[in-house]
Amino acid sequence: MTPEEWTAVRLSLLVATTATAASLPLGIAVAWLLARGRFWGKSLLDTLVHLPLIMPPVVTGYLLLLTLGRRTPIGAFLADELGIVFSFRWTGAALACAVMGFPLLVRAVRLSIEAVDARLEAAAGTLGANPAWVFVTVTLPLSLPGVIAGAILCFAKAMGEFGATITFVSNIPGETQTLPSLIYTLTQVPGGDAGALRLTLISIAISMLALLGSELLARRVGSRRAAIA
Amino acid sequence: MTLEVDIDQVREHFRLTASFSSAPGLTALFGRSGSGKSTLVDIIGGLVRPTRGRVAIDGQVLVDTDRGVFVPSHRRRVGYVFQDSRLFPHLSVRRNLLYGRWFTRPEGGAAADLASVVKLLDIGPLLDRRPETLSGGEKQRVAIGRALLAHPRLLLMDEPLASLDEARRAEILPYIERLRDDAGVPIVYVSHSAAEVARLATTVVILTEGKVAAVGPVIDILPLADAGDAGGVLDATVVRHDEVFQLSVLESVAGELQVPRLTAPVGTPVRAYIRARDVMISLQAPQDISALNVLAGRVNAVTPSSNGAQADVRLDCNGASLMARLTAKSVSRLALTPGKPVFAVIKSVSFERS
Repeated sequence: MTPEEWTAVRLSLLVATTATAASLPLGIAVAWLLARGRFWGKSLLDTLVHLPLIMPPVVTGYLLLLTLGRRTPIGAFLADELGIVFSFRWTGAALACAVMGFPLLVRAVRLSIEAVDARLEAAAGTLGANPAWVFVTVTLPLSLPGVIAGAILCFAKAMGEFGATITFVSNIPGETQTLPSLIYTLTQVPGGDAGALRLTLISIAISMLALLGSELLARRVGSRRAAIA
Repeated sequence: MTLEVDIDQVREHFRLTASFSSAPGLTALFGRSGSGKSTLVDIIGGLVRPTRGRVAIDGQVLVDTDRGVFVPSHRRRVGYVFQDSRLFPHLSVRRNLLYGRWFTRPEGGAAADLASVVKLLDIGPLLDRRPETLSGGEKQRVAIGRALLAHPRLLLMDEPLASLDEARRAEILPYIERLRDDAGVPIVYVSHSAAEVARLATTVVILTEGKVAAVGPVIDILPLADAGDAGGVLDATVVRHDEVFQLSVLESVAGELQVPRLTAPVGTPVRAYIRARDVMISLQAPQDISALNVLAGRVNAVTPSSNGAQADVRLDCNGASLMARLTAKSVSRLALTPGKPVFAVIKSVSFERS
C-alpha cells in the first residue's frame, strides 16, 4: 500500500463517519415527521428527501456546487460569517455523502417508526409523558433496529459515493480524494491496476465489516432488551 | 372528586351525546358495544377531541370547546387502563410500573408508591419479567399498577377484563375492588357486562346508541339496562352459615336468600346479582320445589323483547327491584300485568362482596 492509498482510505472513513453522524439526528427527525406528522407540504418534504436517490449523482453534486460554492451568496456567507467552507474541502465531501445517504437513512428509520404501535405512544401520554418524551422513551427505543440499519446504509453509501463528491469537491489528494475517487484515478493511469485492485479489496473488506458490525449491534440491542426487560 | 361531562361527538355514522356528573367511587359506563362508551372515556382521557362540549374534574376544565380549552392527555393526570394493557415491550415490568414517575408529582392524586402498589396487586414476583412473558391477567394487573403509579386524579378503565377468560376475570375482579375501596382513586369503568357492573359500580351511566339512557346508583339503574345478562341487584347481609348443607343465609329487604356457602363472615354486607334468565315466576307460593329461594313481589312492568318472543318482567319485591326473563307465551299464560302479585323463584345467584 502506498501512502497515497492509506490517505484515501483514512479520508474515506472520516468522510463517511462524519456524513453518517451528521445526518443521523436530522434523518431521525425527518423520518418521524414523515411517519407521524400531519402537516401541509408533507408529500413535498417526502419528495425532496428522496430526490438525491433518483437524480443522477452528478446533478446533485452540481446543485451543491451551485448553492454552496465559494462564490455563491450562501457559500460566501458561510465562509465569511461562520468560517465554514465546503467547496474543495473534505467537509464538502462529507456533505455530498450525507445528502446522498440521507434518503436511505430516512427510509429505513421511517419504516421502523411506522411499525411502532401508536397505541403504546398514546398510553405513554396518559402516563404523563409529553410528545418529546414519548418519542425518546418509547418510539426511539422500539425503532432502534431500523435506526441502526439506516445508519449502516448511510455509511455504506458514503463510503462508495463518487459522482456527487467528485462534481462538488473535485479529486484533490489528501483533501477530497476518497477511496472511489482514487480507484477511478488509478484506473486512468498506466500501471495503476495493482493499486486499484488493492483498494477494491479494502473497499469490500470495509463494507463487510460495516455489515457485520451492524449485525452485532442489532443483536446486542435485541439481547439487551431481552435481559432488562 | 367530581367528574363533569357534557359533550357531543359527531362522526359520519354515529353521534354521541353525553351529559352526566359522577360521584366518588366507581362509575360504570354501561352499554352494548357501539353505544359510545369507549369514545366517551377516550374523550375524558384526552385521546379524542369532542366536537362540542366540556369535561371538568373538580372544577378544573380539561376540555371546553366554547372557550377553546383542550388540555393534552399528558397534562391531565388521568390514568388509563386499556383493554389491551399496552405495556411497553422494551421495558421490564418494574420499569413499566415506574414509567409515569418520571413525569408526575404525587400532589393531589393517589399517594401510591411502588411497594404498596406491588402489594395491592400481588405483582412482586413479576417485577423482573418481560411483558411478553406475562399471562393476560398478569398484564392487566401490571397495567393497573402502572396507571396508579402515575398518581392519577381519576382512573379510566376501558373493559379491562374483556380480553380475558372467565377464570382470569375472577382473578382480577378482587384487585379492582381493592382499588376502589383502598386506593381512594375515583374510577370510570367501561363494561358491557351487567354482572361486572353490579359487582363493582357505585354509580352507573347507561349508554344506548350514543345517548345517556339513565344515570344513578347501581341498584336503581342496572335493572333498567338492556343487556344480554340483565338482572337485578340486591344489597344483603350474611346472617348465618349452614355448615351441614354448605349454605349461607342472607337477609335483604326482599326477604331471605340461601346461597352456596360464602367465605364472608356473618355480618358482612354483600351485593347479590340475580340474572333475569335465572328467575322463574309463579302465581302461587310454590310447594315442593327444588329451588331454595322464593321471594314475594309485584309485577312492575313488562317489556317485550324486540322480536316479541321474550319479555323482561320487572318485579318489585318489597322495594327491591328484580327482573325475570320469560317467554312471551308464559307472560300471556300467567296474564302478567303491572300490579299483579307474584312469586319469584330464583335458581341461582351470583354473590359478590360489597
